[in-house]
Amino acid sequence: MDATSHTFSANARTALADVKLQRALDRLAEGFPARRRDAVARLPEFDALRDAAVAIKDHTILNLDRYLERFEAKVLEAGGRVHWCRDAAEARATILSICTRAKAKSVTKGKTMVGEEIAINDHLAANGLDVVETDLGEYIIQLRGEPPSHIIAPAIHLSKDQVADTFRKAHGTLPPARPLTESRALLEEARTVLRSRFLGADVGITGANFLIAETGSTVTVTNEGNAELTMTLPRVHIVLASIEKVVPTLEDAATMLRVLARSATGQDVSVYTSFATGPRRPGDLDGPEEFNVVLLDNGRSAMLEGELREMLRCIRCGACLNHCPVYAAVGGHAYGWVYSGPMGAVLTPALIGLDPAKHLPEASTLCGRCEEVCPMRIPIPKMLRHWRERSWQRGPSATRSRFGLAVWAFVAARPRLYRWATGAVAALLARLATRGRFAWLPFASAWTGTRDFPAPEGRGFVASWNRGERR
Amino acid sequence: MAETSPDVALFATCLVDAFRPSVGFAAAKLVEESGSRVVVPEAQTCCGQPAYNSGDRATATKIAKQVVDTFAPFAAVVVPSGSCAGMIKQHYPALLADDPAYAAKAKALAAKTHELLAYLVDVRKMTRCAARCSRTATYHDSCSGLRELGVKAQPRTLLKSVDGLALIEAPNAETCCGFGGTFCVKYPEVSTRIVDAKITDAIATGADLVLGGDLGCLMTIAGRLSRQGSTVEVRHVAEVLAGLDDRPAIGVAKTPPQG
Repeated sequence: MDATSHTFSANARTALADVKLQRALDRLAEGFPARRRDAVARLPEFDALRDAAVAIKDHTILNLDRYLERFEAKVLEAGGRVHWCRDAAEARATILSICTRAKAKSVTKGKTMVGEEIAINDHLAANGLDVVETDLGEYIIQLRGEPPSHIIAPAIHLSKDQVADTFRKAHGTLPPARPLTESRALLEEARTVLRSRFLGADVGITGANFLIAETGSTVTVTNEGNAELTMTLPRVHIVLASIEKVVPTLEDAATMLRVLARSATGQDVSVYTSFATGPRRPGDLDGPEEFNVVLLDNGRSAMLEGELREMLRCIRCGACLNHCPVYAAVGGHAYGWVYSGPMGAVLTPALIGLDPAKHLPEASTLCGRCEEVCPMRIPIPKMLRHWRERSWQRGPSATRSRFGLAVWAFVAARPRLYRWATGAVAALLARLATRGRFAWLPFASAWTGTRDFPAPEGRGFVASWNRGERR
Repeated sequence: MAETSPDVALFATCLVDAFRPSVGFAAAKLVEESGSRVVVPEAQTCCGQPAYNSGDRATATKIAKQVVDTFAPFAAVVVPSGSCAGMIKQHYPALLADDPAYAAKAKALAAKTHELLAYLVDVRKMTRCAARCSRTATYHDSCSGLRELGVKAQPRTLLKSVDGLALIEAPNAETCCGFGGTFCVKYPEVSTRIVDAKITDAIATGADLVLGGDLGCLMTIAGRLSRQGSTVEVRHVAEVLAGLDDRPAIGVAKTPPQG
């Protein structure tokens, strides 16, 4: 997809004016954090589990090449293939060639954010393939031609009646009189349409939450069972995963799973946790004839060295989105690309470049709640500051905010000048303010547009104290 | 009460110095009540967060060194702000880690610097205040104080001892107010949406007074409340604890305007 991250402010204003979106965001803010809190409260060892999960990932990242090669060897042993792809274009070409070789016409997809990252749907569709998303949320936004607004709940920005409208427009067979007001009815409608698609698909593409080096298995969690049908019914199964998804052992994957669902949806465990190891073996009742893993780098290996390395620990649970005040205000689309919220603000500049994404690290209050809830203890505020430093080093020096900051820095480095200047301004403002505040101030309209500006009380504290004033 | 310590330097913070001297006086009074003598170094300016959080590491480093030098001589440094105290305690050591002349000094300053409430309760073992305040208040946990310094129970411990004060917790007391330093002017609409949620949550408690430990947050909350025509008042927690809440609240005139 074309990124619109460079127009974050305008995107945000649009989002703030969207009444339905705001209602959806309110529901999200009430739901996810409370469910996570309850899930954590039910598991006294949750913090210890987080530490264990962090240790597993840190160890894996330090030995990433080794574990990826071991994973590949095990996939080969099980009769599958691994395709190493440097970037999105290579991954798209690889997936298309697998589909072409299989003479595929129809493709089903489980939810994959890496699939969004490489825009695989558009590429396959442009090459004549019929692609359908099978995760309910992904299916809805596919019908609407929208990107996901949340990494685990892609259609969270929509209300039930918007979904009903979407189905009525897209499903020609839907009788106009059939009520679609209940979630259940919407689910049944999607299920009816998707059933034939599952059965007719030649290729199934899924993502992976984890790749297990020890066994060559891929692990996928869902709550709908759609990924299971996507990986077992078609002739060809393609797993699309980025390189940092690998963990050393089955036991390690189990540890990660224990923090994942609790952090994401507040479930103790997802409804379905599926392990795929190679194609169908003699005697297997089901499974694909062909098993492919498309391993995508797309900028990850460049993060191994340096300030962003800890971001490779991310397991895409979405907890940082669910607890972010900025995400709660504007939703995921305002971020303008595939990944949103705090993790998106760290990742997007690394994947599409800092210039188009430079707003995202700025658009944070650095409140630190993301780091607080992150199961992998990723220091997201530190990484946002890292991007801000990079922007500062590269940015034009002649902007108004830079000029303001330069004046402030000059004065702040000179205590006597500072005392005099701040004292004079404070005293002046205190005299001018008639109601203890300003509804408008020159050069401060960005504040006073929506908030009154509290006036200073009078003379500065430091000077007053040192003149002997006491209260 | 712990025994009297050597001089405590009060780092008032730039916002308190310029906008709300009452908080400085209140903080000094509380530190003195805890048994310490207070000094207010004349050379203090700002902790450097505006530069640090804007990505201007060079300026932040320069100001950090100045703060380190200014406060090095004192036994302890007390700051009536979670974010400025957090800047000194959490970020100065990282910022100056590679500077051989300042790395150790920054660590030493970090170790002896305390957020005001943490100092009173954790260091000086203060458990009560002699203040009186017949109001219904709710407390906003500022993000840096809460998450960088663990300031949560300390203000509540002391507020519970204030005669006449009813403290009602807001469900989202730990949610950001939307200030975020320069964030509030870079993305004013988003900031306003965030503070609106904070205000709705606070007002729903029935409180007529919002308290907190960081002036940036408090100015944001007060500025938005008054813009909405609300009469809910906003103060720094130190003002109430020190009994200096007879002065007008943040953004309120000394004498109410006539008519």
